[in-house]
Amino acid sequence: MSEVIKTIYYNEKKLDAQAEEKPATMDHAGALKELNNKVKAKISPGELLPIISVKDLNFYYGGFRALEDNSLEIYENRVTAIIGPSGCGKSTHIRVYNRIFDLYREQRATGKILLDGENILAPGCDLIELRRRVGMIFQKPTPFPMSVKENLAYGLKMHYKLTRSKMMERVEWALKQAALWDEVKDDLDKPATALSGGQQQRLCIARAIAVEPEILLMDEPTSAIDPIATAKIEDLIVNLKDRFTIVIVTHNMQQAARISDFTAFFYRGVIVEYGETEKIFTKPENKQTEEYITGRFG
Amino acid sequence: MQRRPATFRKLSNAIVVGLSGFSALIGLFFLGWILMVVILRGLSAISIDFFTKLPTPPGVAGGGLANALVGTLLITLMAVLLGVPLGILGGVYLSEFGERSKVAATIRFASNVLMGTPSIIIGVFVYALMVFPMGHFSGYAGAVSLAVIMLPVVVRTTEDMLRLVPNTLRESALALGAPRWKVTFQVVFRAARSGLLTGVLLAIARVSGETAPLLFTALNSPFWMKSLSGPTANLTVTIFNYAMSPYRDWQQQAWGASLLIMMGVLSATIISRLYLKEKKKG
Repeated sequence: MSEVIKTIYYNEKKLDAQAEEKPATMDHAGALKELNNKVKAKISPGELLPIISVKDLNFYYGGFRALEDNSLEIYENRVTAIIGPSGCGKSTHIRVYNRIFDLYREQRATGKILLDGENILAPGCDLIELRRRVGMIFQKPTPFPMSVKENLAYGLKMHYKLTRSKMMERVEWALKQAALWDEVKDDLDKPATALSGGQQQRLCIARAIAVEPEILLMDEPTSAIDPIATAKIEDLIVNLKDRFTIVIVTHNMQQAARISDFTAFFYRGVIVEYGETEKIFTKPENKQTEEYITGRFG
Repeated sequence: MQRRPATFRKLSNAIVVGLSGFSALIGLFFLGWILMVVILRGLSAISIDFFTKLPTPPGVAGGGLANALVGTLLITLMAVLLGVPLGILGGVYLSEFGERSKVAATIRFASNVLMGTPSIIIGVFVYALMVFPMGHFSGYAGAVSLAVIMLPVVVRTTEDMLRLVPNTLRESALALGAPRWKVTFQVVFRAARSGLLTGVLLAIARVSGETAPLLFTALNSPFWMKSLSGPTANLTVTIFNYAMSPYRDWQQQAWGASLLIMMGVLSATIISRLYLKEKKKG
């Protein structure tokens, strides 16, 4: 943690110094991004960089406050697990990251979520670009009623201009990343709904990563899937973190312990404890966390 | 505790099952009866002439209802072209955009009222709207009146069918960065495809038997139509006129026309059922 604080402190100092030199031309967010990239290039792979900073996030379903003053940082190229008992706001929390809650008129969020320094809760945020950068996998697999290939091409066509052959390359790449290519390469024109549940879920992962997001949100991605398919998806998540930042909501504490680097424990909309997974699972600071992890409540 | 004997429970169960089964049979019995009579009496009227020739005056043997057949097809086609796109867009608004807003609730209520409005009133309405100002009956006015009758049916079935599509599908398309209209027309529509088609087929089945609104709008004609802008021959008004006439030949033709319409409606309903079944399997 200290490294990150140092990095940010360092960046802001430098920015302030530059701003003093040529105040009129500085674009603060852009400059911060550029600086962060420079820092990223210098630091060793073990070091942490926050890609999402949540500040005082509150969330309301009509009059009901489901999240209370959530603040945390999601680190780049790490797997962050969100655990907690049912109804504690885990899914609600990550559904703010891509503003998918906007679909429902009675839901609203206050506070700040900075993605590369830009507040995605600000009114001017380009939702389409936000959702390209922040992909999402849902609890139940949601293949579109189209062929396997069309499912993959759907998001691609929306965001990129590609020739047919380039498109096929991207489709193949995404399916390989999702460890699904070998199973479906002869069935690309078959309806995606004909695949098994586990295959459908990997198809959804392939579909999400095809548009090259930076962050993948996963909302209990294995809770509707059998143990063997679950193991495949867990392997996949660990492999994908080299390229993407992953935030996963899970009910399965073993799963969180197996695949995540950081864990946040939520209870009644509050982040009770957040830190390195190993620490949370071996010597949690909070008593509630300890009780939940050892299965004494939840 | 003393146990209640099972005899009474079993007896009352048998009575309820018996009564409900009997009521269902009565409904089926009348459907079967109507079908049988229409097929028996109608089949003898059906010949090649029936489909190819113009009607003849009473007393002159032969002749057919070719003009009425074409007229009905054209009027219904026009009605579909007018009513279906409007109805589907209306349903899309209710299910995808209006949802629980006041505007949507008002539209929903209005379309329920329109659905329950007697078709003769819609006929008179279109008469006042189109026939009277234009000074003559027309096939177009007939098509408009049928479209008005179709509209609420299509709106409500479209809304119901789109609502059956789970929200997770909308969310996952939105999460890929699709704008709302693309989510609706490219993903939700595909998922509800067979349901939407069923709605359209049922709406067609609903209007293809309508007589009263056509009586006030398209009227009828013994000739080939030059366009839909004049009185246009159609099957249902022909049935009305011929069945009321004292001439045996005409009555015979009316049976034939009834058979044709009945088969049309029946097959539209059956096809829509098959589609729904296929959807459940998929």
